[in-house]
Amino acid sequence: MTSALIADALTKRYGRRSALKDCTLDIPAGHVVGLVGPNGAGKSTLLQLACGLLDPTAGRIEVLGARPVSGSPRVGFVAQDTPVYAGLTVADHLRMGAHLNPSWDAVLAERRIAQVGLDPAQKAGKLSGGQRAQLALTVAAAKRPHLLLLDEPVAALDPLARRNFLQGLMELTAEQGMSIVMSSHLVADLERVCDHLIVLVASRVRVAGDVDDLLATHHRLVGRRRDTADLGAGRALVEQSHTEVQSTLVVRSTAPIVDPSWQVDRLDLEDIVLAYMSGATGDGPDRVLEGQR
Amino acid sequence: MEWGGEVIEFHLDARSGVAPYMQLIRQVRHALRLGVLNEGDKLPTVKEVVARVAINPNTVSKAYRELEYEGLVTARPGLGTFVTRTLGGDSLSKHEPLRQGLARWLTEAREAGLDDESIEALFLSSFRAFSEARG
Repeated sequence: MTSALIADALTKRYGRRSALKDCTLDIPAGHVVGLVGPNGAGKSTLLQLACGLLDPTAGRIEVLGARPVSGSPRVGFVAQDTPVYAGLTVADHLRMGAHLNPSWDAVLAERRIAQVGLDPAQKAGKLSGGQRAQLALTVAAAKRPHLLLLDEPVAALDPLARRNFLQGLMELTAEQGMSIVMSSHLVADLERVCDHLIVLVASRVRVAGDVDDLLATHHRLVGRRRDTADLGAGRALVEQSHTEVQSTLVVRSTAPIVDPSWQVDRLDLEDIVLAYMSGATGDGPDRVLEGQR
Repeated sequence: MEWGGEVIEFHLDARSGVAPYMQLIRQVRHALRLGVLNEGDKLPTVKEVVARVAINPNTVSKAYRELEYEGLVTARPGLGTFVTRTLGGDSLSKHEPLRQGLARWLTEAREAGLDDESIEALFLSSFRAFSEARG
């Protein structure tokens, strides 16, 4: 498996504050990868380091097998809130894209603009949030990048615009086969569009894996209160909570759990993500709340 | 937006806890069982599905591969994925005796004092243990 992105003890500091500290991860190529984690986990910093907009303070980052360079034709980036040039028209954006990128696919760009119903003569500053996001995605995709990075691309969009954006993104993925890494708080969206998920908490990878595997191997167990020290081989405790009479566990296990003294339930991806966020390093509740903001 | 031609439409239940590719497989099997899809019918292309449902292309490919492995569909390069076999038919005739058996069991469970919720929980946990034991 080749890697789209490798980070090794990657650190970014602003003065004394660490935005990303000692982050080590390996993101496989050829996937749509979701990056989730509480605010301040370092997701945006990681993405900006990956497209060369920031330089690391320490550690190493490699994107498509090389050190990231700002403006690389192989890497596309859609920043948070999908910024565009308000004073330029839609057509100006495409002209500028063609001018700046040797690999520019003008046919793709014009087809997509027509498909999503944008008026080429419209000033970008007058576009709705959904239209602006579609323009930013078109400009990034028409570069024909091998890797497309998106930072919270749909956070500010209404549900219809969000769905339209994701439809367009998946159509581009099917056509061009590029790798995608997108950060989002909207786990339900990620569950649809991502086939690989990484949960990042305080710069650390809490869990990473194919979405289907994560769904198949995580279980919620509810039963009489008991000690959780010996869950058995091949089972890892992700999160636990207890009352005086009852224990509720989230467990990762490759084998099915048939113990009749537990009520065993499936978890959706959001439950799994929340379990990893709150299961991390003690101060659980705060992190969960932060993650849901 | 309309799907091109006579194809089935996929949807996704995000809260079900069932992996998306498995949901697609079940929807195809369901359509085969109900006779909505018949031998020779074409499944929508991967691109059509993802552009409509906003879902990962690999998920669709994985579902189609699995269906092909089960011998229900076949992929013809450049043309699309086609149904090769229908489901149901003979098994439909077996539904009635099974339904009667189940009704008898339900009567027994009620007579043993179980309420609706206990019956449902017992059925689901037995069914899950049974399916998981069979892989």
